[in-house]
Amino acid sequence: MRFKIYRYNPDTDTEPYMQEVELKETHPGMMLRDALLALKEQDPSLSFRHSCGEGVCGSDGMNINGKNGLSCITPLAELKEPIEIRPLPGRPVIRDLVVDMGDFFDQYRAVKPYQIRKDPQKDVEILQSPIDRDKLDGLYECILCGCCSTACPSFWWNPKRFLGPAALLQSWRFLTDTRDQAEQERLDDLDGPYKLFRCHTIMNCLDVCPKGLSPTSAIGKIKELMLKKAI
Amino acid sequence: MTKIAKRVFDTLILGAGGAGLRAALQLSQADAQVAVVSKVFPTRSHTVAAQGGVNAALANVSEDNWHWHMYDTIKGSDYLGDQDAIEYMCRAASKLVYELEHYGVPFSRLDNGKIYQRPFGGQSQNFGASQATRTCAAADRTGHAILHTLYQQNIRAKSHFFDEYFAIDLLRDDEGTFLGALVIDIATGEPLVIEAKTTFIATGGCGQLFRTTTNAHINTGDGMAMALRAGVPLQDMEFFQFHPTGIAGKGMLITEGARGEGGYLLNKDGERFMERYAPNVKDLASRDVVSRAIATEVREGRGCGPKGDHVMLQIAHLGADVVKKRLPGIRDLCQTFLHIDPIDTAIPVFPTAHYVMGGIPTDRHGQVVATFHDGPEEVVSGLYAAGECACVSVHGANRLGGNSLLDILVFGRAAGNQIIKHLKEHRYHKPLQEDAIDKAMQRLERWDKKGEGESVATLKAELKQVMENHCSVFRTAVVMQEGVDEIKKIRERLKDARLQDHSRVFNTSRIEALELENLVDISMATMLGALAREESRGAHSRIDFPTRDDKTWMKHSLYHLDGDRLDFKPVRTKPLTVETFPPKERVY
Ligand SMILES: Cc1cc2nc3c(=O)[nH]c(=O)nc-3n(C[C@H](O)[C@H](O)[C@H](O)COP(=O)(O)OP(=O)(O)OC[C@H]3O[C@@H](n4cnc5c(N)ncnc54)[C@H](O)[C@@H]3O)c2cc1C
Ligand code: SF4
Ligand code: SF4
Ligand code: FES
Repeated sequence: MRFKIYRYNPDTDTEPYMQEVELKETHPGMMLRDALLALKEQDPSLSFRHSCGEGVCGSDGMNINGKNGLSCITPLAELKEPIEIRPLPGRPVIRDLVVDMGDFFDQYRAVKPYQIRKDPQKDVEILQSPIDRDKLDGLYECILCGCCSTACPSFWWNPKRFLGPAALLQSWRFLTDTRDQAEQERLDDLDGPYKLFRCHTIMNCLDVCPKGLSPTSAIGKIKELMLKKAI
Repeated sequence: MTKIAKRVFDTLILGAGGAGLRAALQLSQADAQVAVVSKVFPTRSHTVAAQGGVNAALANVSEDNWHWHMYDTIKGSDYLGDQDAIEYMCRAASKLVYELEHYGVPFSRLDNGKIYQRPFGGQSQNFGASQATRTCAAADRTGHAILHTLYQQNIRAKSHFFDEYFAIDLLRDDEGTFLGALVIDIATGEPLVIEAKTTFIATGGCGQLFRTTTNAHINTGDGMAMALRAGVPLQDMEFFQFHPTGIAGKGMLITEGARGEGGYLLNKDGERFMERYAPNVKDLASRDVVSRAIATEVREGRGCGPKGDHVMLQIAHLGADVVKKRLPGIRDLCQTFLHIDPIDTAIPVFPTAHYVMGGIPTDRHGQVVATFHDGPEEVVSGLYAAGECACVSVHGANRLGGNSLLDILVFGRAAGNQIIKHLKEHRYHKPLQEDAIDKAMQRLERWDKKGEGESVATLKAELKQVMENHCSVFRTAVVMQEGVDEIKKIRERLKDARLQDHSRVFNTSRIEALELENLVDISMATMLGALAREESRGAHSRIDFPTRDDKTWMKHSLYHLDGDRLDFKPVRTKPLTVETFPPKERVY
């Protein structure tokens, strides 16, 4: 199986380059991560992040044949050769497939991604009906892999001002949680031309999310709620 | 030598899984300056992978109380658990789960709006009389929900994170007080000394010891090995849990919740064989019991598939709605890795390395305790541990499903509180001598040696195979003695291993080399502990010693790195307030 892999080590390379490599042995059911690990045995200097191997930790987002995804749940058999692997786009490259996700996490932290309660704390659970709990499905499962935000042109151009799809998805996760009591504060924080409104519904984010989540519809719902509150 | 950068905090936390983050939150809320070091971004910690749920006797579904939970945990531990710590944990459970809910964990809900609970293995009402429904769940993504929520609350509390920093070794002064750690920034490869009045180890498990495992690449037992190198023994390492239902040959976990929701196991004859091994609770017997049953079915020729090397887990009869609502994550795993939909097709499963019951010995306040100079057990000054890397011991010889997430919450928090006390009593940092740092640096610099040598990847693969072949579900002296010899050889060969990549920036080869050194030490602790324990108890099943021997072996083992030495200490059988549960025959 033939690969073209983006390589760059600031210690030794003046410029990034695409390295052509071949993997002799593959097996049925092999995932891209397995292949990268086998390639790393051939050349231990190849660097990439990975951990859980089952699509839950969010470490191994990368650009695979032009599309962002997680290597550990991407079957090798579904990929066209030569398989072209690049780091997530638009982020500064630290080395090979490892990018600096600093801005991405800053934006996540900026939406106050935590439950805010104003009522005095009870000694038992805050009740929530199954229907209200269902509203969190499709939101809380985000693994912060960054595939969506690094596929978003608005985030490429404004990574410090536009929150990006992943952070906005989390914003809606708390706005829609019946237990959270900071709706107005959250909406006020999103105001202005950049944080939310730089989303032009280009839908790249929805297309790449490996967990099948839809930041686009979350963003739509925030906009709707803002409008409702404005009148 | 170039001067190494230094940072100074009140307290240092190594690990940002559930245990580390729960402690960090406690400390940040008390206005302590906390440094949290993690080799991966916090939400990538392996707590994220926990599926089924966390135990607490909320009694939302059926009558329940902490005392029944306590009994189940002690029985599950095969009477090796310390009863004071177990009482403490079970009493605290409900409060801590409610607290999590207030923090925002998106628990699944019952129709009345309360937290959803499901049955799990080894849990009963009324001291073994009937099945309890005690495991609080957020679908089958409970660990993800808890880990993300704890990280979020730490953002709110302004804990200070060192993301993608790797801890090399603990730092200690001549009097034996722990004063921080040497770490490296993975992105730059630069070393950094973090000085602190207390150091808390929460580095998680070591499932990478085995070839087939439910554990992530990062679960290499680093904190346990750091403790060993600092002269602290490891307790009860022979007790390693094999989860009955890992995906056969691949290792991804299928939660016990699948059986909790009503799933069952089948052999090649389509027989529900658990009825023979645990007539009362069948598929919801304790994990050690179910794993042994599966391994026995396969050994006796009743396994499924062309090689007869697994059994099947059936959940199709639960119906599409239940599977989609309660087990969406495992459905996803089956579709991705097996190309089957468990709504229609049974899942091939086999016991898979999952959880280490042993670890760094602590008391129920998270303080590390050790016997240093053949004297009585003493508190190690400035050193704390909790979570999977620690051994309180609440799991004894076999952990109940849903009790580990509880363990990390309860003892993460308890350690946080104890550290707050320590900080009040110790206003100033003790001075840290340079030679302590030099020693830790040597461990790092050893890998700068250039030249030909064996590769880390080869040695790691061999080690994992040795552990799988020599220290698995069923054990015998002969096979384990061979295992010890194999590990000794690997330990020797490791000294001559070399890296090919000596660059500084994000050098994952170097990290893997340091991790392998840790795994080798822990494999020795595990194998020697297992060889020494001549009885069968909990997860440790000896073919040559098939019964439990309370007269000789109701004691904890302690492995010291220095001289590969083992000693023992008694089980604490006296609870805090209630009566002791004396050992009984364990039937399910
Ligand atoms: C697949 C799976 C499912 C599970 N399901 C359940 C369940 O349903 N219920 C239950 O109760 N239990 C479950 N468990 C067990 C439970 O999830 C774990 O035991 C528990 O989460 C461990 O938490 P921890 O905080 O101790 O460690 P972890 O979450 O593993 O965190 C360890 C931390 O230490 C850091 N670290 C490690 N080494 C270093 C180093 N050298 N330098 C810097 N940082 C380091 C890591 O980066 C990480 O942040 C499951 C386990 C697995 C594997
Ligand atoms: S829909 Fe919005 S957030 Fe998503 S990629 Fe397009 S611009 Fe970015
Ligand atoms: S929304 Fe999806 S793609 Fe974006 S960070 Fe979350 S899991 Fe990744
Ligand atoms: S390795 Fe964890 S998501 Fe791929």
